[in-house]
Amino acid sequence: MGLVAGVVSVAALFVCPVAAIAQEEVEAAFADSLPPLGPPTAVTATDTPNDRGNSINVTWELSDGDEAGMVTSYRVYRSAHPETGFVFAGRAWAGNAEYRDGAAPENEPTYYRVSATDAAGAESFSATSDPAVALPQWFNHERINVMIAAIIFVVAIVFFVAAARRGKDLFIRRLPGLDEVDNAVGRATEMGKPILYISGLSTVSDVATIAAINILGEVAKKTAEYNTRLIVPCADPIVMAVEQEVVKEAYAKVGRPESYNEDDVFYLTRSQFAYVAGVNGIMVRQRPATILYMGMFYAESLVLAETGSSVGSIQIAGTDAVTQLPFFITSCDYTLIGEELYAASAYLSREPVLLGGLKGQDTLKMLIAVGIIIATVVATLVAVGAIPYDFVTPLFITH
Amino acid sequence: MRRRVPLTLCFIAGLFMAVQYFIPHHNVAAAYERLLLWLQTLLAFAFLLGTVSLVRVHYHKVRDRAPDRGFSIVMFVGLFLMLGLGFFHPSHHAPNSPFNRMFLSVQVPIEATMFSLLAFYVASAAFRAFRARTLEATLLLVAAAIVMLGRVPVGDMISGKIPEATRWILEVPNLAAKRGIMIGVGLGMMATALKIMLGIERAWMGGSD
Repeated sequence: MGLVAGVVSVAALFVCPVAAIAQEEVEAAFADSLPPLGPPTAVTATDTPNDRGNSINVTWELSDGDEAGMVTSYRVYRSAHPETGFVFAGRAWAGNAEYRDGAAPENEPTYYRVSATDAAGAESFSATSDPAVALPQWFNHERINVMIAAIIFVVAIVFFVAAARRGKDLFIRRLPGLDEVDNAVGRATEMGKPILYISGLSTVSDVATIAAINILGEVAKKTAEYNTRLIVPCADPIVMAVEQEVVKEAYAKVGRPESYNEDDVFYLTRSQFAYVAGVNGIMVRQRPATILYMGMFYAESLVLAETGSSVGSIQIAGTDAVTQLPFFITSCDYTLIGEELYAASAYLSREPVLLGGLKGQDTLKMLIAVGIIIATVVATLVAVGAIPYDFVTPLFITH
Repeated sequence: MRRRVPLTLCFIAGLFMAVQYFIPHHNVAAAYERLLLWLQTLLAFAFLLGTVSLVRVHYHKVRDRAPDRGFSIVMFVGLFLMLGLGFFHPSHHAPNSPFNRMFLSVQVPIEATMFSLLAFYVASAAFRAFRARTLEATLLLVAAAIVMLGRVPVGDMISGKIPEATRWILEVPNLAAKRGIMIGVGLGMMATALKIMLGIERAWMGGSD
């Protein structure tokens, strides 16, 4: 059986070139017999909406040879004059009937022609389009829904902050992880061991890092009150500079500026796993009583949290990195999930205006939940045919 | 005054960043891109701060004869060796230069080793998480077992319904929970940004006073 297959394979090596030559001849003969390639038709040019400028959308109807597979691509040409001076602007592959010219001159009428091109490079040109002018826009209409939501959000937050300033009592549900911070600081003091605070690997432009810095300020006040050592290894030099300032201010605020040690808030490295090695080394050598992980974490989260668990520390984590949450939940004693990280600073400080911000946040969340319920009911009614799809489309789908 | 200047700068920068999201005009886009460039420049200078901090902390450890000063000495050797090879070796860009060799033969394998430790930590964390002591842990164990089986051929061989159950777990309860968290995170981010812009949240500059 194997011998037969081998013979067939060897024979195929000789037969294939002959077959290929024959096929080329057949294709050439077929091409000679084909009608000439029809041009694309109905070429239109329009200014690209909601863009930064210098962009025109060109559309056309496909060449009649497209469906037969004769077209390889469509070449788009632009000119400032309807008859002459056309230059190549770009190309769309066969089957595509639109092209966005991102290099169109601004504020000038521009004309377009499109050619259908075959495998031999022969082109069949369309008629010239009507002129279009590329204009930059001052407002992106596609984002109007975002703007409306943002305005509602701002109004809700300002309203509740003002209510809090007037002395309105605002209820905030318990967050066990944050309630435990006091106990964790007390435990570290009793054990005479430090607290390790890790604010993630992201930069200061990440909101999660800013939230972590805000929490650090509150934690530093507590460690200063108890005169407990706080170690903060940083993965970003800007974050380090800000955290040094935050911790220093916190110590000054509780009347213990002399307890602040600048060497305890320090830069380690930007390299992800070198940082892990450095922090794990600190954990193993210092055996901190409490470890707080707040901010943005990546693949290092589990290595850090498992090492912390192995040295017997109480661990409190808070992150908005959805993929890392399961690791923290598994390895830490308490985990702040997603938005709880952003609520932590207000929760710990108990400042009324900050709690007002949380209430505003909850209000918009409630509105979103109501919106999701309404959309679900409408989608179900459309699916069972109780409401026509065309009636719903303009209400729920924006283009 | 000490607080007003950073608060005003923060408000103006925050407002610009929020408004530019709705304005596609190239003048605004160019200003946004320029601001991002400034951030890069700032970061380059900040690395100097980081290096100073690193050297100072470890110098103090060596000077004070701290118990773990051996690690600080190793850090200094590594730091100055790489700096020396990078600055003073004539062909440090060449693939076979001592600088590149040190990087590729020392740092990269060490980092890879740290990363590979993750596999062992996943095993130990899974062992702890999958002990079915509570209802939630039992649910986690069952869901994880189904998902793991559904992702390998043997799951399909046991029953065709296991891959279907896997898909359902990932696309319905798992995705719903993820989206719920993401909505909360998005609102939390916006609220934090707004509170900082309006000067309500001031912990980032040491507090409210």
